[in-house]
Amino acid sequence: MTPPAHTPPPTRIPLTDATLGHLVTVAAVQTPAGAPEWAGQLCDLGFVPGEPVRLMARGLGGDPLVVRVGHSTYALRRAEAACVWVVSEAAPRG
Amino acid sequence: MAEAVIHVHPAGPVLALVGNPNCGKTALFNALTGSRQKVANYAGVTVERKEGRLLSAAGKVLRLLDLPGTYSLHPRSPDERVTRDVLYGQAPGEKRPDLVVCVVDATNLRRNLKLVLAVRRLGLPAVVVLNMADLAEARGLVIDTQALSRELGLPVVRTVATRGTGTEALRALLDDTRTWQGHGPVPTPAALAAATPDDDAGDHHTVSQILQRLGLDAALPQLASDRIDRVVLHPVAGPVLLAVLLFLIFQAVFAWAAAPMEAIKAGTEAVGAAITATLPGHGLWRWVSSLLVDGVIAGAGGVLVFLPQIVILFFFILVLEESGYLPRAAFLLDRLMGSVGLSGRSFIPLLSSFACAIPGIMAARTIGNPRDRLVTIMVAPLMTCSARLPVYALVIGAFIPQRRVVGGFELQGLVLFLLYASGIAGALVVAWVLKRLTAHGQVRALMMELPAYHLPTVRNIALGLWQRVRIFLRRVGGVILVLTVALWALASFPTPPEGATRAAIEYSAAGQLGHLLSHLFEPIGFNWQISIALVPGLAAREVLVSSLGTVYALSGTASDAATALVPIISSTWSLATALSLLAWFVFAPQCLSTLAAVRRETGGWAMPAAMALYLFVLAYAASFITYRLALAAGLG
Repeated sequence: MTPPAHTPPPTRIPLTDATLGHLVTVAAVQTPAGAPEWAGQLCDLGFVPGEPVRLMARGLGGDPLVVRVGHSTYALRRAEAACVWVVSEAAPRG
Repeated sequence: MAEAVIHVHPAGPVLALVGNPNCGKTALFNALTGSRQKVANYAGVTVERKEGRLLSAAGKVLRLLDLPGTYSLHPRSPDERVTRDVLYGQAPGEKRPDLVVCVVDATNLRRNLKLVLAVRRLGLPAVVVLNMADLAEARGLVIDTQALSRELGLPVVRTVATRGTGTEALRALLDDTRTWQGHGPVPTPAALAAATPDDDAGDHHTVSQILQRLGLDAALPQLASDRIDRVVLHPVAGPVLLAVLLFLIFQAVFAWAAAPMEAIKAGTEAVGAAITATLPGHGLWRWVSSLLVDGVIAGAGGVLVFLPQIVILFFFILVLEESGYLPRAAFLLDRLMGSVGLSGRSFIPLLSSFACAIPGIMAARTIGNPRDRLVTIMVAPLMTCSARLPVYALVIGAFIPQRRVVGGFELQGLVLFLLYASGIAGALVVAWVLKRLTAHGQVRALMMELPAYHLPTVRNIALGLWQRVRIFLRRVGGVILVLTVALWALASFPTPPEGATRAAIEYSAAGQLGHLLSHLFEPIGFNWQISIALVPGLAAREVLVSSLGTVYALSGTASDAATALVPIISSTWSLATALSLLAWFVFAPQCLSTLAAVRRETGGWAMPAAMALYLFVLAYAASFITYRLALAAGLG
């Protein structure tokens, strides 16, 4: 009898590493020490745990990024987008 | 006995328009007030204050205040701070609004409703305007206005501000006394200040539940805007498209403005000639005539002639702004701007500075980061403003041969392009130096919304243009006129003694100053004529051309002066001097009108003084190097 397939927990990655065009969900918003006000600002824009997020475009060299959260589209600097940790469901292994 | 300041406000209830940026608030404001708007400044800050008169359905006169757009009542920039202060009743000189009109973008409820909840907590009477209802319906979002009203506990009006739909219903609502009643006790400012981040999380949760109950929480499908953005934001196609657009805009600005500018020049000359003809030419009248013609008309008229270029440039900027393209341009340029310590938002102020630095410096108010704003203001004058063009045209016309060079380019056009490029390069270098000195590893925020594309409305563009024209005309009628008259006085008095052989201007205060300055300018190759002409040129850069005309004792109109000057200077100046003057004008530190604008925008003399100093140093250095190199190359 084969053991049941073990689905790994969804991996958390920073938004900057998400695949272009894929729908991911916000898991947490962490702010760097140098910019404590970013937490509130990102929350105001709609980056709250549970929100669907899509990476729409990357600028030259990966900075800045165009991100869609909820129904709004924003241009974020790489450092800002790196604060947003998203859940990208890992494919279950069968 | 303690004193208190009492603010006396004009009569009438005050309504405030509040909403996220890009929710169509301004379109609604325009639709409700028409042209009955007044644009000014909030006390103590350089944030634009827009107030208009609004008539309710029954004809009651109300005051409507268009507050700067904000995402929440936690301000991120001076603009947003003003909105919060006005709503809290803490803005100096502002009455707390009697009713808050929350404008909500129907296609973006999730984010917009959070602000509504925050406003509702203020306890002020409020009304919700569901704007862009047509766009929402086009996307298949069916919003039950009654249900939303029940959820929020506030009246909701559905509008399409760009078409004026729904404004009647809003006006009727303003006659209903129930609308003007608040909801419960109004919290004190102290209690409001203690609002915690938990409120925000709570708001987000509440909004999610409201949307769920209304059946509006589905994820959004692909929009037409996304398809357009695939090209516009493409790493290669994007910048190319931007470059082509900018090139076309510049072509249009110069080509389309040519005829109106000629018309204005002809008009001012006609007025000048009429005055000279009608006023008696003796005694005191001579001075009055000279003041009006050589002072007011020549000086202020010299700046007014750039109005067509400013109008055309702002037309394009407004179209790009209304259509939603500008944030994309800022996105594409952000990398380049960021590398020299500027923000992507500096793009618009710097673009405006190509017509005239004054509106560009005023446009820097939209930059939230104070350091970025200051740097943008400091480098704005380096963008080759239109005032430099007459000087460039004169010197290039006199010294650069009309010849075709490699690639089929006209040599004269190439030199002009080089001068423009030097200005931009200079600005980038200065910004970079300022970054090294001041930024200290500061990580700058961007967080800029890219709104959906939509077709600009003629009405909004017309109103926007009209407002900017009025602001520019006020400047010309104000500071520039005063400066021009002052300089005219300097250039006319003292009068030449009997039997004077040289041009009248040489005996005046300006002339003596110019002779003094010529010692300073000798190392960079400026002769005394140029040195004298630079003094009246303090009012506005292009006045140099007419001043040179005066110095070489030419009579006749300004355009006559320019054409007559070409053979004179090409035979009396050396090529080295000409090149040195061009190099000086790339930096052209002497525009007092720009410095006056900087003083107004920064609220003090430190920044204009610093600007004058650094521009002077750079101009002198550039002229010096150019002159010495040219001499060494045998062009003296």
